Amino acid sequence: MAGTEEIIRIEHLTKRYDGKTVLDDFNLNIRKGEFVTFLGPSGCGKTTTLRLIAGFITPDEGRILLEGKDIATVPPYERPLNTVFQRYALFPHLDVYDNSAFGLKLQKMPTDEIDRKVRKVLKMVAMTDYEDRDVESLSGGQQQRVAIARAIVNEPKVLLLDEPLAALDRKMREDMQLELKEMHQKLGITFIYVTHDQEEALTLSDTVVVMREGRIQQIGTPRDIYNEPVNSFVADFIGESNILNGTMIRDKRVSFIGHEFDCVDKGFGENVPVDVVVRPEDIYISRKTEGEQFYGKVTSCIFKGVVYEMLVQTDEGYELEIQDYNAFEAGSSVGMHVHANDIQVMKKERVCNTFEGEVVSADRVSFLGEEWEIAPTSLEPGTKVKVEVPFGGVDLQDNREDGTIEGEVYFILYKGDRYHLTIKTSEDYFLYVDTQDIWDKGDLVGVKIDPKDIKIVKDED
Amino acid sequence: MRIKRSSWAIPYGIFLILFVALPLLLIALYAFQDRSGAFTLQNFVKFFNTPEDLHTFVYSIEIALITTVLCLLFGYPAAWILANARLNRSAVTVILFILPMWINMLVRTLATVALFDFMKLPLGEGALIFGMVYNFLPFMIYPIYNTLHKMDGSYAEAAQDLGASPATVFTKVTLPLSMPGVWSGILMVFMPTISTFAVAELITLNKVKLFGTTIQENINNGMWNYGAALALIMLVIIAVTSTFTDEEDKRADEKGGLI
Repeated sequence: MAGTEEIIRIEHLTKRYDGKTVLDDFNLNIRKGEFVTFLGPSGCGKTTTLRLIAGFITPDEGRILLEGKDIATVPPYERPLNTVFQRYALFPHLDVYDNSAFGLKLQKMPTDEIDRKVRKVLKMVAMTDYEDRDVESLSGGQQQRVAIARAIVNEPKVLLLDEPLAALDRKMREDMQLELKEMHQKLGITFIYVTHDQEEALTLSDTVVVMREGRIQQIGTPRDIYNEPVNSFVADFIGESNILNGTMIRDKRVSFIGHEFDCVDKGFGENVPVDVVVRPEDIYISRKTEGEQFYGKVTSCIFKGVVYEMLVQTDEGYELEIQDYNAFEAGSSVGMHVHANDIQVMKKERVCNTFEGEVVSADRVSFLGEEWEIAPTSLEPGTKVKVEVPFGGVDLQDNREDGTIEGEVYFILYKGDRYHLTIKTSEDYFLYVDTQDIWDKGDLVGVKIDPKDIKIVKDED
Repeated sequence: MRIKRSSWAIPYGIFLILFVALPLLLIALYAFQDRSGAFTLQNFVKFFNTPEDLHTFVYSIEIALITTVLCLLFGYPAAWILANARLNRSAVTVILFILPMWINMLVRTLATVALFDFMKLPLGEGALIFGMVYNFLPFMIYPIYNTLHKMDGSYAEAAQDLGASPATVFTKVTLPLSMPGVWSGILMVFMPTISTFAVAELITLNKVKLFGTTIQENINNGMWNYGAALALIMLVIIAVTSTFTDEEDKRADEKGGLI
């Protein structure tokens, strides 16, 4: 399918809106015939990247090479690419046939050739009987087919798809996924696909690009991304997972949930804090009370169609999600073990919050756009400092007014015994918090930090 | 006693009957009566046999058409610029265009007269058309602006994506999709201009006579039946225009437009 010949090369692509970077140093090579998916939550920059490739917006930095030529100055109507839009954007004043023929008519192609191509492509998307229909009288799925037909009839070198299935219901979406995959194989066109649905990305793609906050987190095959996520964000975003705090004791030996395990990862150093990912289906559960690696009590058990999804409280107080074909009803005592090669160890992105700050007075320092009270310091006012705040040192307040600054719960990660929250402050800074309290994504909070938890170090630069 | 919700409509119903339905019925009734109240078609026969009135009628339609076309020619580009986010970054400019609609038409018209006087320009047909276009331009701009402004930007992007240059995007997508607004605009300009008379009287100091003036003169001179017949003829023209534009409106697009 995908050859080795490169069709698109994206170098250092950066886009800012009003000083805010929405896409940061994006680099990617796409091979001819490849099915590439940009995957990430909303606001991660995936659609921006697609629109940059299509030419609807221009980058602030970097270049996009199509078959070796920089297309930065080429307007969208001269790029040999076509787009399937999220809400289809079918022309309401034209019928199905004229919508599909729109691109070819602009190329001044002979009418009989247009006719032949349009009929062929409408047959391909199974819309032959709808040629004269008003597009607004079509169902969502049918409109989707016309949108695809309208794009591929032009035989583009690359087809861009912006969340094309997002508006369809689940059953229809799954059918269309298969059809898209077939179509991709049949046409041999390079597909660049944008979605926030990880299942869709894993099903369809040759290569998945996981994005967050305008940055690429990981590029890899669906299998790589699932089995070897590079950080806790990717692990959490792709599939179900238990993400836990751990310590790499030495090569191939890691401790987490209060036990030591053999693993296959090495090269982290000794006694280094790490994130550990174990997929729910990789924890083996039994009724044994001895001979297992660790023990606990089932707290809930739900049938999910094929497997049972259980929550287990381990004797050491960690909560784990486990999937198994057998049911272990709530309340039962169980033993569990994990195989070495099912433990995925990841470098921690950070071990505490660090900010750039400046000393204001003997007991005040400014960072995150605000002044904070600190334990008295001997540093001169005006000194640039590095401010460190442990994850557990940040207090979240229900009342926004009670905090020194305000923020929004932006991302939640459950770590087995605590929640690791990402807080986006009202000035767009990020702050990481460990807490036992339950918050919801989007909750507005006040942020307080105890003066004794703020550590400042003189910045040497 | 419990008041039904539909009872709230009674005052409006009475208002509509008294000031809309009844007068219309009276016009229709008077048009087919002679002075003594007997049924006759004489009023209409008289109209077709009075060259002066017939001429005024045709002339009024001409003026209304010219006004509508000029309003469209000036109004569409203005609406397009206002709706274009790159050319117009503030809502204030839109308000500036709509602002004249808030001022009484007579005040605007008298101001036009004063302006023409000041510039020593003749107060003839040219002044009349100027005054009409000036008065009715906002009614053309607003509905077109409205459709253009609400139009999903992805249509233009889709067209570009399929190879349409900016000019082609306009002729193949933007213009056809803005037709509901255009038809609304035409309706809102043509209908009032065909029946206007105050503007003509004030601007041209009664030198140019429009059909509205003819009707008013007849009624003022006690010729109620003939005046009613003329009014009925005008109503028919307006009704025909609005049905025609309604049809076009539906054909162009079910959504959009102002009314």
